[in-house]
Amino acid sequence: MAMHNDSLEAQITQWRTWLQRRPAIRTADVEELEGHLRDQVAALIDAGLDADEAFLVAVKRLGNLDAVSREFAREHSERLWKQLVVSAGADDDARRTTRTETLVVVGLAAAAAMAVKFLELFGYAPIGSGKGLFDSGAPYFPNLSFFVLPFLAGYFAWKRRLNRAGCVRLALAFATAALVVNAFPFTPAGHTWTLAALHLPIALWLAVGVAYTGGRWRDGRGRMDFVRFSGELFIYYVLMALGGGVLTAFTMGMFAAIGVDAEWFATQWLLPCGAMGAVIVGAWLVEAKQSVIENMAPVLTRLFTPLFAAALLAFLVTMVWTGSGIDVKREVLIGFDLLLALVLGLLLYAVSARDPHAPPDAFDALQFLLVVSALVVDGVALAAIAGRISEFGFSPNRVAALGENLILLVNLAWSAWLYARFLSGRGPFSALERWQTDYLPVYAVWAGFVVVAFPPLFGYV
Amino acid sequence: MNISKDLVAASAGPLVLAILAEGDSYGYAIIKRVGELSRGRIRWTDGMLYPVLHRLERLGCVEARWATAETGRRRRYYRITKAGQAHLEAQRQQWQVVDSTLRGLWRERTQAPALG
Repeated sequence: MAMHNDSLEAQITQWRTWLQRRPAIRTADVEELEGHLRDQVAALIDAGLDADEAFLVAVKRLGNLDAVSREFAREHSERLWKQLVVSAGADDDARRTTRTETLVVVGLAAAAAMAVKFLELFGYAPIGSGKGLFDSGAPYFPNLSFFVLPFLAGYFAWKRRLNRAGCVRLALAFATAALVVNAFPFTPAGHTWTLAALHLPIALWLAVGVAYTGGRWRDGRGRMDFVRFSGELFIYYVLMALGGGVLTAFTMGMFAAIGVDAEWFATQWLLPCGAMGAVIVGAWLVEAKQSVIENMAPVLTRLFTPLFAAALLAFLVTMVWTGSGIDVKREVLIGFDLLLALVLGLLLYAVSARDPHAPPDAFDALQFLLVVSALVVDGVALAAIAGRISEFGFSPNRVAALGENLILLVNLAWSAWLYARFLSGRGPFSALERWQTDYLPVYAVWAGFVVVAFPPLFGYV
Repeated sequence: MNISKDLVAASAGPLVLAILAEGDSYGYAIIKRVGELSRGRIRWTDGMLYPVLHRLERLGCVEARWATAETGRRRRYYRITKAGQAHLEAQRQQWQVVDSTLRGLWRERTQAPALG
């Protein structure tokens, strides 16, 4: 029975590797089939064949691997769908690491869920009661970031084994931000209060990024990974929010059926705690799945880039055709900011998924068209808005929106220039990629500026 | 003799179950047993047996367990379940109906060869 034949072992190993590549055939199946092959080979050698011949005959009798793997796929069709199994890891060591991580994530998610209830200990009305989140009587809105982002940053600091200096810097950043937001003598629910609350998460997202990259923040690829992570987290979060909405609706409906009002539970516990915990859980899922399932953000980008380009072009053509200018209302500037941010997001996620060495293709031309038409649309809007500002003067809202518009405009204009160079073969694609990753801190710095400098500049209105 | 693909597919389940009804076994031994019983006339593609075994396992007709064989390697042994025995019995009756009908037809033909 003993087969001390190195060439036979090598052949079996090669055959096994070949078999393992089939998605429908699992490791246990490979072991079963290998056992069969070895039994067959041994029987054939006993019958007088030499090892090489026996191997060839045995492999032939097992049948065409494509056909066999098709049969396996038919029986186990679920295997062709990549499954996100969080408790992966065959050996004990990997399993222990997974279990520790699960505990850490559950703990941090619970902490984030409880942090949002923390202010109630100081006598504030529960979040989700009365006027809710935006009520100036309880400082939930400006402090929203602190209920979840420190825990998220903590998760990555733990996972990436961030050094002590990095951890101290992170803690200092969060502490400073908390101090500024809560110590400023804001007009309750005033303009600068709202602006600070809106911009703080953007500024602190940089801190999360530093933790995510684990000290690799200066490396462009590390930042690009963080961009990919952010996009995937957003998509997972939206999916979890949908699930949470269904859960909430059913909970309230069921209790309503027995005449019990569960609305207080849904609005004061389920929604706020779930919204905070879901960020941590979402981050964990993105971490676990990044090598298993294709990234979703670039897929959506591919889908929507042509559609947005078409919508923008149609808008421009109509505007020129009818000769009507933009009606400058209060929301228009913010609307155009969002449009630019969206176009930038499409660009960013297209860049994040693109092979930088591939030559330009039709999608690149489309992307370029999208960026240029967004620039033209924004130029028209800016001209209209400049008129309004010169007429009515500066207000914190107008300056904040204008600043954002300029920041996005600069990015898109330079991107268009780099893209044009790439399309005409005069520059590498990596220049565009580096420009995007280099530009990322600008958003956070501006957001930080709005939080820290606007309130005193505009007298805390 | 080459048995048609459809007939192989239809008979594989009952054959495997009937062999397992004799006692627990594993893939290679099942194939060997089929070869012996049919005197080499039924030859399966060996690899195709395993999806059949897995299907029977999913349907609850057989149970599988890993055990260390005398060769020192692990082997997956299959055992027929109660449900598998019931399934085998039902299959046996169906096959017998088909078999006796065909036998009757073919006996008539050999007795009265020129009907039309």
